[in-house]
Amino acid sequence: MSTTTSTTSTGTTSTGTTSTGTTSGAETRRQLRGIRLGDLLDVVGAAVAAFALTGLLASQVLPINHPMGFGAVGVALFVLLYALLVGLTESSVMVRDRLVAVVVHGLAGAVILVLAFVVVFTVARGASALPHLNFFTDDMAQAGPLDPLDRGGIWHAIVGTLLQIAIALVITVPLGLLTALFLSEMPGRLARLVRTVVEAMTALPSIVAGLFVYATLILALGVPKSGVAAATAISIMMLPIMVRSSDVVLRLVPGTLKEASYALGAGQLRTVTHVVLPTARSGLTTAVILATARGIGETSPVLLTSGFTAALNADPTQGPMVSLPLAIFQFVKSPEPTMVARGFGTAAVLMLLVLLLFVVARVVGGRTPLTVDAQRRRREQRRAALAAAWRSELQRTRALLRRGRGQRPSPVPVALEEIP
Amino acid sequence: MAVVPVLVGTRPFGSASAEADGGGEPPTIPPAPPPAIPPAQQDEPRRIGTRRSGSDRVFRAVLTASGVGVLVVMATVGLFLLARAWDALRVAGWGFLTTQAWEPDSGNFGIAAILVGTVLIALVAILVAVPFSLGVALYINEFAPPRIKPALTSVVDLMAAIPSVVFGLWGFFFLQGHVTGLARWLSTTFSWFGPFQVPGTDPTDPLATATVYTSSTFIAGLVVAMMITPVIASIMREVFSQAPVGEREGALALGSTRWGMIRSVVLPFGKGGIIGGTMLGLGRALGETIAVYMIISPVFAIQWHVLANGGSSVSSLIALRYGESTPFGMSALMAAGLALFLMTLVVNFVASSVVARSRSGASS
Repeated sequence: MSTTTSTTSTGTTSTGTTSTGTTSGAETRRQLRGIRLGDLLDVVGAAVAAFALTGLLASQVLPINHPMGFGAVGVALFVLLYALLVGLTESSVMVRDRLVAVVVHGLAGAVILVLAFVVVFTVARGASALPHLNFFTDDMAQAGPLDPLDRGGIWHAIVGTLLQIAIALVITVPLGLLTALFLSEMPGRLARLVRTVVEAMTALPSIVAGLFVYATLILALGVPKSGVAAATAISIMMLPIMVRSSDVVLRLVPGTLKEASYALGAGQLRTVTHVVLPTARSGLTTAVILATARGIGETSPVLLTSGFTAALNADPTQGPMVSLPLAIFQFVKSPEPTMVARGFGTAAVLMLLVLLLFVVARVVGGRTPLTVDAQRRRREQRRAALAAAWRSELQRTRALLRRGRGQRPSPVPVALEEIP
Repeated sequence: MAVVPVLVGTRPFGSASAEADGGGEPPTIPPAPPPAIPPAQQDEPRRIGTRRSGSDRVFRAVLTASGVGVLVVMATVGLFLLARAWDALRVAGWGFLTTQAWEPDSGNFGIAAILVGTVLIALVAILVAVPFSLGVALYINEFAPPRIKPALTSVVDLMAAIPSVVFGLWGFFFLQGHVTGLARWLSTTFSWFGPFQVPGTDPTDPLATATVYTSSTFIAGLVVAMMITPVIASIMREVFSQAPVGEREGALALGSTRWGMIRSVVLPFGKGGIIGGTMLGLGRALGETIAVYMIISPVFAIQWHVLANGGSSVSSLIALRYGESTPFGMSALMAAGLALFLMTLVVNFVASSVVARSRSGASS
């Protein structure tokens, strides 16, 4: 009797060894994971019933004449019917739990599906343009809207995007990094003011940044519409993002590390260059890359400050210079199917670029000195635990041996015992 | 007792820093512990201060300069907007907020219509995006199998970085054509609900054209919702994942279901993140330009009927009119941009204060 009550959780070993024949009701292991057939049938049954009922409503009662309306009614009916089905066997608490689970799964599935569909749709519509090599190496100067896809390409937009983002990075990275260091290294009233203003500027809509540069640089100062103007607008967009995210990363650097550096006699500059920046390096890289991903996709500032051109322009100081998002925008304005295909192809290239940036961010961001340190510490702990287990095992065997065969010395070689 | 402070006090700092290269960087002196005074000898209290080396002073000057530089640039943007917008604001007066037309050169212009249009698009976007992003965040954190969790997380983060023009393309070439049926169904079924009415249609007319349902606030809002859903979801997920494990397990151990645990632990903990994420998404939605510009056909009257053709937003107005504007027209556009900026500013500040005050803290 006592074994049956005590072994429910401790598992099979004691039942197996002590009481194979004595207990009448055999213990069954409780299943903790997996899907019960009844739950599955609930879902399937509700789905079938909802589909059938919606079909009935759509054909006989309600004026539902579109798949989307059908879907909306069907989903609502499914939720109702599922609640009803679960309610037949379960309490109301369980019904609520199940309903939430179904709704959350549905919402998440819908979002993932639609997002995947956006990507697939873009690539599929651009698929006719992508296989042509000239699409990546030519500009549109010699190709009109009626030309087939084996003429013309987006080389000018690729060059424009790379140049603009490079200029923007040259402006943003040093300035943003120094400002973030200012915020974290020299806290005070001024730093608080700067932080507030920077936070406010993250709300600046990109079109307003473009409008600002258009009105100052181009209209007031007479700078021609150019890649530099566009890069300036993008920088104004990226700078607050850059400052804010690097500030967050820098504040995560443990104070003890900095204090250790000061205690060893290092100055502030030396502490920053040798302790703070290396510790935060991967986080800072991630901040740069995320800001770049934001900046690379901005259309409206480039539209206002650089303007459109069909020809390659590698001189950022003068003349319009098109970027990838702006090229997409211009391509799809045309009613010609080839131009639309070019637009979608360009969008696929742009997404690929963003994806690449993200992969780089992941690879770089995965290894910070802190995580490496934590990993090493975990590894050491594991090794210590292993060694302790090994040592206790040794002692146990030795005790057994001693008890069994008198005072014989341990047969275990000394070298094994020396494992820390 | 008194030995330690004396030792600390007599240690020559200068000799310790001589080994540092670059001609000595006296450290930021770690303040010595206040000397415990033996009753017999009354010491002079030592003066504690920071003597910085030359390179440190230059470094701090550079940091301050860049901080002030960023402050100046950012303040310039705001002040310049205000200064340039002033001409237009002075001419328009309070009528700027109530006029529905946009003819700046004849003095008849105001942002009543476009501001309402902007807010409506953002509202549609938020109403659609928030439930979906809540679902995604909860799914990733609470329901997804542990194996696919990291993958889903990075997919959502990646989606948040997809350029808005891509969503604009999708909205223009796919959604526009396929959602009119839903719009027609909504407007005929819920015609008692004011904003869903579409004037000038006869639901019984089988030959009625679908064009009255295209280029609407609703479709633009859906596209913007697509755009901001990953943004909001990624913030919410981040906050939910920080809900304390102990409280979760406590709730489960007390016998609550998964939903009970979510409702009593995760959602209260992540409330700040939910509101903050929503607000940040709202800020993005208000400022979105290209996706809206591609979808909507601009009208300069207040368009309450979200399903009907025509709408407007501040950013698409600027993108539409900047090129052909006279200097005064430019000033009027600046004023509109300023109004938009002020709106997003308020939204952002509310968001950050809500997030900072919540239990999950300013982690987002």
